[in-house]
Amino acid sequence: MKLLLKQKSVLPGFGPALGFTLFYLTIIVLIPISMLFLKTATLGWSSFWETVSSPRVIASFGLSFGTSFTAALINVIFGLIVAWVLVRYRFPGKKIIDMLIDLPFALPTAVAGIALTTAFSERGLLGSLLGSIGIKTAFTPLGIIIALTFIGLPFVVRAVQPVLEDLDKEMEEAAVCLGARRWQTFVHVILPILFPALMSGFAMAFARALGEYGSVVFIAGNIPMKSEITPLLIITKLEQYDYAGATAIATVMLIASFACLFIINRLQWWSHHRQEA
Amino acid sequence: MAILLLGLSAQAADFQLLNVSYDPTRELYQEVNAAFAQYWKGKTGDNVTVQQSHGGSGKQARAVIDGLEADVVTLALAYDIDAISEKAGFLPKDWQGRLPNQSAPYTSTVVFLVRKENPKSIHDWNDLVKPGVSVITANPKTSGGARWNYLAAWGYALKKFGNDETKARLFMAQLYKNVPVLDSGARGSTITFVERGIGDVLITWENEAILAIKERGKDKFEIVAPSISILAEPPVALIDKVVDKKKTRTVAQAYLQYLYSEEGQEIAAKHYYRPRLAKVTAKYADRFPKIKLFTINELFGGWSKAQKNHFSDGGLFDQIYGHK
Repeated sequence: MKLLLKQKSVLPGFGPALGFTLFYLTIIVLIPISMLFLKTATLGWSSFWETVSSPRVIASFGLSFGTSFTAALINVIFGLIVAWVLVRYRFPGKKIIDMLIDLPFALPTAVAGIALTTAFSERGLLGSLLGSIGIKTAFTPLGIIIALTFIGLPFVVRAVQPVLEDLDKEMEEAAVCLGARRWQTFVHVILPILFPALMSGFAMAFARALGEYGSVVFIAGNIPMKSEITPLLIITKLEQYDYAGATAIATVMLIASFACLFIINRLQWWSHHRQEA
Repeated sequence: MAILLLGLSAQAADFQLLNVSYDPTRELYQEVNAAFAQYWKGKTGDNVTVQQSHGGSGKQARAVIDGLEADVVTLALAYDIDAISEKAGFLPKDWQGRLPNQSAPYTSTVVFLVRKENPKSIHDWNDLVKPGVSVITANPKTSGGARWNYLAAWGYALKKFGNDETKARLFMAQLYKNVPVLDSGARGSTITFVERGIGDVLITWENEAILAIKERGKDKFEIVAPSISILAEPPVALIDKVVDKKKTRTVAQAYLQYLYSEEGQEIAAKHYYRPRLAKVTAKYADRFPKIKLFTINELFGGWSKAQKNHFSDGGLFDQIYGHK
């Protein structure tokens, strides 16, 4: 490390740039987040534990992590397909579809929530269709998954797209020449190369879904123990002026998300390493 | 130089007030502010502009606690102003006694909005617990408005079962079993009922119900007045710390008192809030059906107590959803 720092870079200004980066991160990320821990610390260990282990909070953790995970997984599968189609084929309207992908980024989440609820409620276009085959979506955990899938879509597509574009066609051709079947080429040649990108897409979609509030509250139904997401419980605590309780739940969320991202990062590193080897 | 100074002091002063309020009062205060500016100009020659900020009542109170410089707050429930007094000390604890009528210049009540011709024939609170009736109300833990709804139902149950709390709890449990969606805010549940067509009955503030009918047409909804309901008293208060710092106490005080004046009461009635002044009440009598009303002090011993017993974590509302 020391060696690396002392090395003369072609680009000047490493020192000031690093200094600025650290300063910037401290102001924008570290100080606000440390406030979270400070506020939580006012609670004391026993009431902290009591807050975060109450059945309602536990139920919301299960729901938030479960639906976020499912939604991110759905996005990995379908995001890959979408990216594949956009990179590999030429068809009319491709540019427009490519732009549509970013829409969930640009839309205010509340607007997304209202639009989704309108479409998926029992009287909505999609909701009534699904309702006729006995599937209730709005105001159930299924509705939450739909909302989270919606907001997470761009992450996977945008993560995979550039990698797919850079993918050497010759490798696939070589695989085919060597007698690999189509699915073998996909599983053994293409997928390992895409894996890191898919993982980072998954991680970003998952992290975004965990924190999502605006779009979910409209479609969730918010019934305690059944369809209450963790961010809603945090708001509920704030509404009772229970700042410390709210930050306690937030702290658990923060640590859990950090752990998830860390694991995903390691997985990515591991798969990258394996490829290099 | 002396002449110039003299000239300046004789000129009209400009005041800027910030009124931090809750969601459905936007139109009401627009009109009040314009009328008050005119009144104040005529009385003192000074110019006053009142800026408004709207949002969920609890959220607004938190903003004031965190330093939003409100000269006055006009919120949905006394509990939120109590919180400003307790958490931040910006106004004395006995703020509610500083203006007439527990500092609530206008009132409302909780009524039902049903679909045209009332297909499920809903006439009173006990019709809401019938199986097959779908009831829309917001989550009382996140919505101040929904807390009034909840307490209105609870009050009915207490009266009906002769103050038997066990039976009242059972009644509430049955009622909330009929609620398919608990929106986080009162306007959200209005949207669920009115726009999405979900539910047979919406429990809501009277001013919201009348507004919904006015905006969506009489051919779609009807208002049903229950036999008994709660007197919703949205309170107003001066934030002492801010007005002393900004030197706006006199004009802010006059602004709140203006709400009690005949013009102020007229404007409130025009926006479907029930006026306090007998003369104005008589004038708009046909607008507000006669309902037997109880107050939160009578039945629940005030907001702090109601909040603690019903809406705190593990309180009676949480117990409805089966967790202690």
